[in-house]
Amino acid sequence: MSAVFRFAGPKVLRAGLSILIVVTFTFVVLRASGDPALQILGPSARAPDLEAFRRHWGLDQPLYVQYVRYVLAALHCDFGNSMLAGKPALQLVFERVPLTLALMLPALALTMLIGIPVGAYAAMHRDTWVDRSVMMLTVFGFTVPSFVLGLLLILIFSVTLGLFPSGGADRPESFVLPVLTLGLGGAAIIARFTRSAMIEVLSQLYIVAASAKGVTWRQVVRHHAFPNAIIPVLTLFGLMLGGQVAGAVLVESVFGWPGIGQLLVVSVANRDLAVVQVILLLVALTMTSANLLMDLLYGVFDPRLRGTNSGSQ
Amino acid sequence: MKTATVETNRPPPRSVDLPTLLAGGWVLLMLFTALAAPLMAPYEITSIDLRHRLAPPVGFGGTMLHVLGTDDLGRDVASRLFYSIRTSLLVAFGATAISVLVGTGIGFIAAYFRGLVEHALLLMIDVQASLPFLIVALAMLACFGNSLTLFVALMGLYGWERNARLARGLAITASAQGYASATRQLGAHPLRVYLRHILPNSAATLLVGATVTFPEIVLVESGLSFLGLGVQPPMTSLGVMVAAGREYITRASWMLLAPSLVIVITAVAVSVLGDWLRDKLDPTLK
Repeated sequence: MSAVFRFAGPKVLRAGLSILIVVTFTFVVLRASGDPALQILGPSARAPDLEAFRRHWGLDQPLYVQYVRYVLAALHCDFGNSMLAGKPALQLVFERVPLTLALMLPALALTMLIGIPVGAYAAMHRDTWVDRSVMMLTVFGFTVPSFVLGLLLILIFSVTLGLFPSGGADRPESFVLPVLTLGLGGAAIIARFTRSAMIEVLSQLYIVAASAKGVTWRQVVRHHAFPNAIIPVLTLFGLMLGGQVAGAVLVESVFGWPGIGQLLVVSVANRDLAVVQVILLLVALTMTSANLLMDLLYGVFDPRLRGTNSGSQ
Repeated sequence: MKTATVETNRPPPRSVDLPTLLAGGWVLLMLFTALAAPLMAPYEITSIDLRHRLAPPVGFGGTMLHVLGTDDLGRDVASRLFYSIRTSLLVAFGATAISVLVGTGIGFIAAYFRGLVEHALLLMIDVQASLPFLIVALAMLACFGNSLTLFVALMGLYGWERNARLARGLAITASAQGYASATRQLGAHPLRVYLRHILPNSAATLLVGATVTFPEIVLVESGLSFLGLGVQPPMTSLGVMVAAGREYITRASWMLLAPSLVIVITAVAVSVLGDWLRDKLDPTLK
């Protein structure tokens, strides 16, 4: 048990510390962006009113008191109200979460379903024309920015062919283009990564040994090569999540998808800071826990890592 | 583990393959366009020609008057494209320079002090990893408003953590080598050791790092500008043009296609070129 704790403990601690720093960052940025009293009451407010406002919200207290109060409020999920909608910022954000997840989860599934088989296939047919053309395609896949890809897909499938709607979230077909846009870029990265992981594994001695003892090639690939190649691909997911979140912001904007990304862009344009802050924290929390999970899963899949503290290198 | 073979004779220089040549040609063309935009552009980017609104490009029913057609206000798409390339590359150059400078500085500091400073750096890298840059940039723009200077400075934060990690690694390797300890034992100030000796010896690898950062900044910039939060009108950038073209996607697809193709081809070309450069300059980075 203590071995598990020694492996997981520092990672959990670091994750917690990262979140605290993100909270601190939002506090500093929020304070540095101007006097909230002036922002909310407007420049024409009278001095006594400003004074009363500051006293009411505790803005006349020393900065460290404000900071502690802010962190405590955040721990109680109190992030203030959206200036635009007048509703609690947290509620506003959570209303949009299912819609964004409805895009991201199928896109992640698509990423895996396309990326891993394609990469593995290319690795097993290394240096053939199939491999070369697949790799050339993946270069396009991961260099073309998602908003350009989305608009090109709209141009082809909505405007020219009229197959799918170009935006909105009301029909089942509406999912197709945004999910494709979000998934294809990731699939290209996964494919390249799976390919190199697979090539690396196929050159190992235990593959030679397995082939030599008479195991069929199909079995070698399925039981020896693939499980070993898939471990590094798994960790890539933690890293790719960030790209997916950033991609979702752009893709939602392209397709008029009413998710968190669109809310973020609108809130930024209107300087609705409470909402921006909640989204920032939500993203940081999601990504930190995803990375933590991947780190821990890595320990489960690869028992050699448990003893060493490789995460802090 | 394969055994390393010492090469006494350098292998004969491989001829550059066709994709790399094409990529190089395209990147040079882009750089030339960025520099010569005022000479190449037939019109001012803000000059309005209302009689030729949404005119199609040559070959699609358009005239030589506007080679790539015009936008919804009758502004010349080709001229706007040249200036957009100029703006996008300018922002990316400035931001990459900042990113490499800041990253190298932080990396060297971490390598010199080690201990607590190094742990603080690793923690900051963790924090950076927990927030996609686009989201951080959006939050900062929400709080501080937007100006071109601020925007370039903000984009300069992109990739600092990768450059810092690279610089730290290089500095640690270098300090273990003879020349660094020799100068140190001769009594040189650490600043001198780092700036006059370690920096020039790490420059090639840091430069390769910059070629990775540069195209990514182009993409982030165009993304932010596409969202209307990056480069602001009347200035124009590739992302600004894509955003404008999106409104007329059914009636004037050239408004969208011209900047999109430039973004796509440039991104692919830089990626191909970067691979080649990486193999050429520093095979260990592969």
